[in-house]
Amino acid sequence: MAAPVPSLGEPFHRPLTHLEVKLEANRCLYCYDAPCMNACPTHIDVASFIAKIAAGNLAGSARVIMDANPMGASCARVCPTDQLCEGACVYKKEDTPIRIGDLQRYAVDAAMRDGTRLFEAGAPTGHTVAIVGGGPAGLSAARDLRRMGHAVTIFEAREMLGGLNTYGIVPFRLPIETALWEAEQVVELGAQVRTNVRVGRDLAMDALLAEYDAAVLACGMGGVPQIGIPGEELAGVWDALEFIERVKLGRGVGALGSRIAVIGAGNTAIDALTCSRRIARQAGAGGGEARVTMYYRRGERQMSAYGFEYEFAKQEGIEFRFFCAPKRIVGEGGRVKAIEFVRTRLETSEGGEAAVPVSGTEFVEPIDTVVRAIGQSRLVETFDRLGIAHDGGVVRVDENLQTTRPGVYAAGDCIFAKGTREAMVVEAAEQGKRAARSIDTYLRRGA
Amino acid sequence: MADLRSNLAGIASPNPFWLASAPPTNSGYQVMRAFEAGWGGVVWKTLGTPIVNVTSRFAGMNYKQNKMVAMNNIELITDRPLDENLSEIAKCKRAFPDRAIVASLMEVCERDAWRELVKRVQEVDIDGFELNFGCPHGMSERGMGAAVGQHPDLIARVTEWVVEASRVPVVVKLTPNVTDIRFPARAAARGGAHAVSMINTINSIMGVDVETWNPIPHVDGKSSHGGYCGPAVKPIALNMVNDCARDPEVGIPISGIGGVETWQDVVEFLLLGASNVQVCTAVMHHGFRIVEELADGLNRYLDARGIESVAEIVGGAANRITTWNNLNLNYKIVARIDQSACIHCNKCYIACEDAAHQCIDRVRQPGGSTNLVVDEGHCVGCNLCSMVCPVDECIEMVRVDTGRPAQSWKERAAAMGEVG
Repeated sequence: MAAPVPSLGEPFHRPLTHLEVKLEANRCLYCYDAPCMNACPTHIDVASFIAKIAAGNLAGSARVIMDANPMGASCARVCPTDQLCEGACVYKKEDTPIRIGDLQRYAVDAAMRDGTRLFEAGAPTGHTVAIVGGGPAGLSAARDLRRMGHAVTIFEAREMLGGLNTYGIVPFRLPIETALWEAEQVVELGAQVRTNVRVGRDLAMDALLAEYDAAVLACGMGGVPQIGIPGEELAGVWDALEFIERVKLGRGVGALGSRIAVIGAGNTAIDALTCSRRIARQAGAGGGEARVTMYYRRGERQMSAYGFEYEFAKQEGIEFRFFCAPKRIVGEGGRVKAIEFVRTRLETSEGGEAAVPVSGTEFVEPIDTVVRAIGQSRLVETFDRLGIAHDGGVVRVDENLQTTRPGVYAAGDCIFAKGTREAMVVEAAEQGKRAARSIDTYLRRGA
Repeated sequence: MADLRSNLAGIASPNPFWLASAPPTNSGYQVMRAFEAGWGGVVWKTLGTPIVNVTSRFAGMNYKQNKMVAMNNIELITDRPLDENLSEIAKCKRAFPDRAIVASLMEVCERDAWRELVKRVQEVDIDGFELNFGCPHGMSERGMGAAVGQHPDLIARVTEWVVEASRVPVVVKLTPNVTDIRFPARAAARGGAHAVSMINTINSIMGVDVETWNPIPHVDGKSSHGGYCGPAVKPIALNMVNDCARDPEVGIPISGIGGVETWQDVVEFLLLGASNVQVCTAVMHHGFRIVEELADGLNRYLDARGIESVAEIVGGAANRITTWNNLNLNYKIVARIDQSACIHCNKCYIACEDAAHQCIDRVRQPGGSTNLVVDEGHCVGCNLCSMVCPVDECIEMVRVDTGRPAQSWKERAAAMGEVG
């Protein structure tokens, strides 16, 4: 089980007080066919759950939330609400939108605290479904399949369920307890769990399909790829996800030094930046403050991190260097000592905007720790081994989320096509739900 | 899940939530939508000789940012032909046989007219009648509605005519525009009514536009008094329901109406003696969908208390209401202010200082801040400070032991009489 986990200081977002909840819940207009609901990928009936908070029915409120979104507790903390529900709030034009995410957190936190049982398993159908991957998409599919009465086994490669919610988001944005509580909701519905099993390595896909009537592929993506420059093998060079995971599990990342560089500009980069800054600050008693800097080969406008994440990073004292790409990592005694960067500029061509190095603009920055956060690799080999058709590691699915293998469906990060928007927990949850519905139809048809 | 089934004088419904006879029950289309949403019963918009309505009919009472804490209306009964209404009632009943459909009726005070109306309406499969002796506007000028409800002898007489002709239970809907609701309720019981429902709307003028001097709402510059309803009338309704629930001469079930919007409102009406509730304004404000939360909230409330059926709570607190002279004079509470929750708006201070008993002190602290501290010796426990406080958990009214046994005014007067 999880080791005691450091919270690393103040949460990114503090919970609302009772007074704030009362004012905010009663300010909600209870719109009909509300825009906030329609803006949510999982279609949470926001007006209803807020009306229930106002009426003192917190358990009912939590049920409305979790019914639509099995990841409702995580999403209350990590969703880009300003782009989703709150961005659609009718108040946004002339006033501040209702703080929907915070109200959602209030209601779900109450259910977590009170141990409210929100759902029951459906009457057994006799069908069995294997879920490959216990992250947000897999758990959501498993939850709904259990409510429909299908027997479910989740195969999880890691020790704990929850996927990136458990391992990949810094604790001050998403505490591990929240991610594990969501997983526990699914387990309590009778989902069987086999952890430390990697399908395709420990268990062949054919064997799996011989045993189960259907399967959901929800294995996400791989680790952060290499940048492809000299020096990446040096001590002090991290994969951002491994870095965050060690921090989250309280396993320590050693001394980071006084100059920390994060390469990349997505939400995981922001997480790596803010948590290394907090670690360095905690460790750096006596010495000067560590400088934590983001290096990005494009500009501020091209950053894929959410605006509110970027703002948060600024407030945490992160420095930003745009239009520079690492050329090589310089080591000394097997450890990182510096990075040589080159300035870039954006060039527009038919293929879109590309960051092109400008020769002669090289500069060297003394660096003690480097964190790669340039996205995640695709599980190309895995899908090849599983015999699942894919496009460069993106699993090919039809409109019902069925893969090219009949009875095998896919959801979550493993089907997020390149160039589309940021993979969000809420999208993964919705796809998990959709996969469950499709499988239910498939099984009831008598496959 | 608790058993929410309800029964009002033989009229069964799957839950105690009915729609009151009002604009939301004007047509089959609306009633179908209401049943789909989960309402247990409806009282159809009053049937009678179709009338002609005016335009501009409703007005809302807002309190600061809160819209429609009450509303009033000058709309009359149905303006559609009886046959049309009856065919729609029949369709709704066929589509939702488990729900209650009660027909609200209004007629001139003539026996044959009432008998004829009852006869025609009960040709369709209705579950009960509700006699509209409550509408305070328009129809009352023609000797109907509240004009009947304000004369107990007329109530008893018309009720008798209807009960005589009816094959289904008869509910009498009462106007609150009387001095003592028990008298019309007793008259209904004398006339053979199987239940009473209350309250219909209260005489009201919503306001005057200070720029144009037009009344609100106005019809071409003029208005008449309208019927007032919504959350603001709930306390009046609760009192009337309870008055009737405790009166042995009334002795028939009560359908509670007046400002019901939340499941807590429902519980309050039931505890004080109503067997079910009827809702209108909340639906006019938010739509039929509110019934989902009424049912969910009530269910969870009952489950949390291990109460198996909603019927068990009917009248549960009815006898907690008594006369003033039975109240314990030696019960004492005082205000306690939680300094950590206080946001220093000083509303409690000024309320106590100017409108109560001057027992909250502003005590300067070493750091320069000010704490609000209750002088418990002088606090009379009136509640005002806790009422004006914007923070729910900040001011608590705490019981203090007076060291004296319970004694009511009645007992005290008797004791003093013995001494004297």
